[in-house]
Amino acid sequence: MPEIAAFNTIDAGIEPEVEKVQARATQAGPRGRKPRRALSGRNIMIYGTLIVVALYYLLPLYVMVMTSLKGMPEIRLGNIFAPPLEITFEPWVKAWSSACTGLNCDGLSRGFWNSVRITVPSTIVSIAIASINGYALANWRFKGADLFFTILIVGAFIPYQVMIYPIVIVLRELGVYGSLTGLIIVHTIFGMPILTLLFRNYFAGLPEELFKAARVDGAGFWTIYFRIMLPMSMPIFVVAMILQVTGIWNDFLFGVVFTRPEYYPMTVQLNNIVNSVQGVKEYNVNMAATILTGAVPLFVYFVSGRLFVRGIAAGAVKG
Amino acid sequence: MAGYTRGSGRPNQWLRNLNAKFASVPMILTAVVIFLGGTVWTVVYSFTNSKLLPRLSFVGLDQYERLWAAPRWLMSVQNLVIYGFFSLVFSLVIGFLLAALMDQKIRFENTFRTIMLYPFALSFIVTGLVWQWLLNPEFGIQSVVRSLGWTSFAFDPLYNSNIVIYGILIAALWQGTGLVMCLMLAGLRGIDEDIWKATRVDGIPMWKTYLLVIIPMMRGVFITTLVIIASGIVKVYDLVVAQTSGGPGIASEVPAKYVYDYMFQAQNLGQGFAASTMMLVTVAIIIVPWAYLEFGGGRKRA
Repeated sequence: MPEIAAFNTIDAGIEPEVEKVQARATQAGPRGRKPRRALSGRNIMIYGTLIVVALYYLLPLYVMVMTSLKGMPEIRLGNIFAPPLEITFEPWVKAWSSACTGLNCDGLSRGFWNSVRITVPSTIVSIAIASINGYALANWRFKGADLFFTILIVGAFIPYQVMIYPIVIVLRELGVYGSLTGLIIVHTIFGMPILTLLFRNYFAGLPEELFKAARVDGAGFWTIYFRIMLPMSMPIFVVAMILQVTGIWNDFLFGVVFTRPEYYPMTVQLNNIVNSVQGVKEYNVNMAATILTGAVPLFVYFVSGRLFVRGIAAGAVKG
Repeated sequence: MAGYTRGSGRPNQWLRNLNAKFASVPMILTAVVIFLGGTVWTVVYSFTNSKLLPRLSFVGLDQYERLWAAPRWLMSVQNLVIYGFFSLVFSLVIGFLLAALMDQKIRFENTFRTIMLYPFALSFIVTGLVWQWLLNPEFGIQSVVRSLGWTSFAFDPLYNSNIVIYGILIAALWQGTGLVMCLMLAGLRGIDEDIWKATRVDGIPMWKTYLLVIIPMMRGVFITTLVIIASGIVKVYDLVVAQTSGGPGIASEVPAKYVYDYMFQAQNLGQGFAASTMMLVTVAIIIVPWAYLEFGGGRKRA
């Protein structure tokens, strides 16, 4: 599997970096390069460029926060980069509890709780199924398993638009079209390729003796999974969790296609609030709502740090 | 397990490894019914004149003829080509340059990395809405520059149908270049320190080393990144919806949006199926040569 190899190199590139830096540091001694002055022209250029780039990346976040803390009169008069003269939290309160989408005026809180009700079960179900798939593929291969796996991986590249309508029909037949259950099934389906790949690679990398010893001791499929594989694989479960939580929270297309308006996830509701054509545009409320929607994945990102990089390096295929 | 513990005779082929088969049912269903079946279904129905509901009355290539005659579809394709080309070039170039900068044994590497990657944690909807605000001509960057004294300054890509797709490109690059940088940096870190020493001994300038030694060595990383970016480009949808809703007029329409609108809003399923089949073909054009290189000719690299 080429993509596996590719992602392994990425993983490998990210992981041993710490040791490498340390190795470089211990090598330093007299054999190292001539020590440089801290303010050499080269350094000024490197740090200068990086700081400008960093400012560019931070600018939208800064503007979002500043705008959300201003009142509308100040926004109309002033400059989007200026900090607020008078800080107000009203836009945040309004965005959360009384912003309107169409006739509903109960704010983003509804979308937030919908997103929670979508993300939590979808994450759990998709990871449970994918980890068992990966385990079966790594340790209990049966005839044809690799064929299904190949279809699954190739399927990850098929544009969602191609499969949406058939899924609508399947869900309608099952009687779950428009409900949260339906959306959870959809997230499980589309999370499966990348998660299965992730777990398969991880389980295949565990020492085989472990599995054999357990077999000799008479442990079966499920016993080995629950008593040996699961406890040994917590890091990969965390990576999968990061991947799924951010991915599902940020999803828009599935939310809009597969749920009824009362179950719309936060992203869909946010878009409806901000891009609604009725009424006066309240940019401060819009920005507060935008930050609120971005808060959960940002929180996951800042808390998980390096693991997030691993997760997305593996999950970038999912796009 | 049942298969193994049967006392006498060869166990039935189908009963062997039963638990694993049972556990793989969701995967098999997804692979066969949804991915394979769904795709075939859509392609087949793209040759019918389904309107509100899918029906099997074949009309040959009618839907495709209509599709390629529709100004909105042509605009979508044109936008996708422009957006795709520039986002490939810019994300690879910017991503690599940033990674090269980050690889100069700098301090605060983690801080810089965190800053460059955080937009990737945000959804396209959030990204689109932020940039919609920044590019708002009345309040955003344009008005700020004008208030500084340059009153004729014009930068309103989202309201100018000639350049609207570049406005979307700016937002997409802001969101995605951090990831490319991370992938590239991982690739750079995978390169043996000895290569650097050797080129230094030979007195080869750094830019030349990057161009002639390092980049060819990172072929695999470049290809992976390329495939990742490319398959993301074809899917671009939420960003456009959030930033411009396809406007002004149809100036920023993209194929994914065309599909959605025809399937779920215009109730013209046949058009939606034909358009999504075209998306599938596009992806196949990107993926098949890559898969061929990797699976077929690429063995020697392993």
